[in-house]
Amino acid sequence: MSDLLVLAETDGAQTLPGTQPLLGFAQRYAAETGADFDVLLLGGTEIGVEAEAYRQFGARRVVVAASPDLQHPTADRAAAVCEAVMRQTGCQSLAGLSSSFGRDVLPRVAARRDLPMLSDVMRLEKTGDGLIFQRPMYAGSLIATVRIEGEDGVFSVRGTAFGPPESVEKTSEVEAFDVATITLPGGVTWISLEAGANKRPDLTMASVVVSGGRPLRDAETFERLLGGLADRLGGAVGATRAAVDSGIAPNELQVGQTGKTVAPQLYIAAGVSGSIQHLAGMKDSKVIVAINNDPDAPIFEVADYGMVADLNDVIPQLMDRLN
Amino acid sequence: MKILVAIKRVPDPYSKIRLDADGQIDESDFTWVINPFDEIALEEAVRLRERGHTVEIVAVGIGDAEWEAQLKTALAMGADRAILVLDDEPADPGSVSELLAAVFRREQPDLVLMGKQATDDDYNQTAQRLAALLELSQATFASALEVSGDEKRATVTREVDAGRETLEVSLPAIITADLRLNEPRYVALPAILKARSKPLERLPASELGARKAAGVAIIKMEAPPRRSAGRRVQDVDELAGLIRAAAGRS
Ligand SMILES: Cc1cc2nc3c(=O)[nH]c(=O)nc-3n(C[C@H](O)[C@H](O)[C@H](O)COP(=O)(O)OP(=O)(O)OC[C@H]3O[C@@H](n4cnc5c(N)ncnc54)[C@H](O)[C@@H]3O)c2cc1C
Ligand SMILES: Nc1ncnc2c1ncn2[C@@H]1O[C@H](COP(=O)(O)O)[C@@H](O)[C@H]1O
Repeated sequence: MSDLLVLAETDGAQTLPGTQPLLGFAQRYAAETGADFDVLLLGGTEIGVEAEAYRQFGARRVVVAASPDLQHPTADRAAAVCEAVMRQTGCQSLAGLSSSFGRDVLPRVAARRDLPMLSDVMRLEKTGDGLIFQRPMYAGSLIATVRIEGEDGVFSVRGTAFGPPESVEKTSEVEAFDVATITLPGGVTWISLEAGANKRPDLTMASVVVSGGRPLRDAETFERLLGGLADRLGGAVGATRAAVDSGIAPNELQVGQTGKTVAPQLYIAAGVSGSIQHLAGMKDSKVIVAINNDPDAPIFEVADYGMVADLNDVIPQLMDRLN
Repeated sequence: MKILVAIKRVPDPYSKIRLDADGQIDESDFTWVINPFDEIALEEAVRLRERGHTVEIVAVGIGDAEWEAQLKTALAMGADRAILVLDDEPADPGSVSELLAAVFRREQPDLVLMGKQATDDDYNQTAQRLAALLELSQATFASALEVSGDEKRATVTREVDAGRETLEVSLPAIITADLRLNEPRYVALPAILKARSKPLERLPASELGARKAAGVAIIKMEAPPRRSAGRRVQDVDELAGLIRAAAGRS
């Protein structure tokens, strides 16, 4: 397999914690294939200050692509930079996080370079038949073991499936990519980001997640009960699609096939039926606790501890006991 | 304005997925539907018409003859005509996007609406690939869409990990639907009857002269490790203790 470019997870202003498991994947890839990897920090003019923090993970180079035009890196521009940096570094494969950013950018690069792409990679392993990968299909009802045609590919990596990278002794070189040498596409104008209040840990990285569904009724109840319980545990809050659809919770909290994937130490599901689409995003959690007033709710089939009860009674009591 | 809507046929997302003795997906009990996200994409095209844009809606699917059923449903939902690109090969996003690019060049639409992901393969790639092949702007995961009066630009709100992002894209562009873009309507019987007279073109994939892209080979599929149900807890104090322990707080 060819050398790998790793697109650090970024919002343009800074790199994001999801980069850690991505580097874990890259180390694994390098160990299994003997190939090198480079890390690309892409973003606005300040992104370069972070280069130092990425020199200790065994990358051959840390490449910095900083430009005011990448402050809000839209997919067309980020893909153009990835493509050019792959040319500059000689990396023929590319990996990023399976996040809204990675999912937006990576397939674009795959098409530009005519590469096969694997979405949501959970595992990789060298076998007698070459490098094989695992990825979920049908909302995680099936796990496919796959191989790409050829030596080069694009990979979006499921963050919860890889641990953080190990530090190594040798430090990586830092190299600048001059964004001015390429023409960035101009068809997309970034207008705004309406971000949720960021007072809790990142949902995908939190060690405790308290999630709720439709029966939370309204945004105020959701915040009071689930937010209250999460805060007592230092955790993050998640939601089902039904809760988001009915305006009880903001979209960035949706866990599931089409939302975020989480795998915390502890996942508490309150008033969550346990649909296959929801399970797709949380069933790799270490311990699952379910609170549901229907003894036959499917969530109990995956829960380590289940309580058949009304969440409106139980959660305040739990909050009380966990104070 | 001409809108191309990509339609994929998938098993009903609530189906139970089982493997047969050969490790292949057992399709015998499947009900086949339009990929839910594509239904939302199509509904959005219809709503653009209802909001006063003059639109021609062309539904396109790349698959085998069975896909006619889903394309007929698309016609009943409001597409004006449909194209079935007949291809028996198992499709992956690389090759499908090449074929869609060929259809795009033939049809020259002002806007392509697609689903953000297919609920069977869960790839989430085809639209972004198509945009790259055509060197067009993309706005994925849309939860709101507005097309300017002159139909040269679209404003799109996207569901991203951090919240809701708004972009303006020049048209033509590729836009993918997320769950909250709209709620597709029920198709009433008169619409189904009326759709029978709408054109459905069958086009062999080979006639489009598209390249076959490098793909992915599935070696095997298996059910994920099963979690077994744990135990029921009756007492809140006990539950609090278990939660405290699992959260690593003693
Ligand atoms: C294409 C597609 C993609 C999807 N993607 C996702 C996704 O990413 N994430 C996701 O979550 N869903 C997703 N869904 C939706 C999914 O199928 C379910 O509809 C959804 O997860 C149900 O949410 P819920 O459990 O909150 O609601 P419900 O199904 O209404 O369940 C509510 C549960 O709460 C229990 N309950 C009610 N009152 C109380 C009470 N007072 N105390 C305790 N328990 C109570 C009920 O017994 C029930 O089990 C998707 C669906 C489709 C078709
Ligand atoms: N064979 C196909 N025919 C038509 N459209 C497709 C096909 N495959 C994928 N698409 C479109 O691409 C979207 C994303 O699919 P995927 O990249 O496979 O997750 C789908 O929601 C469809 O709109």
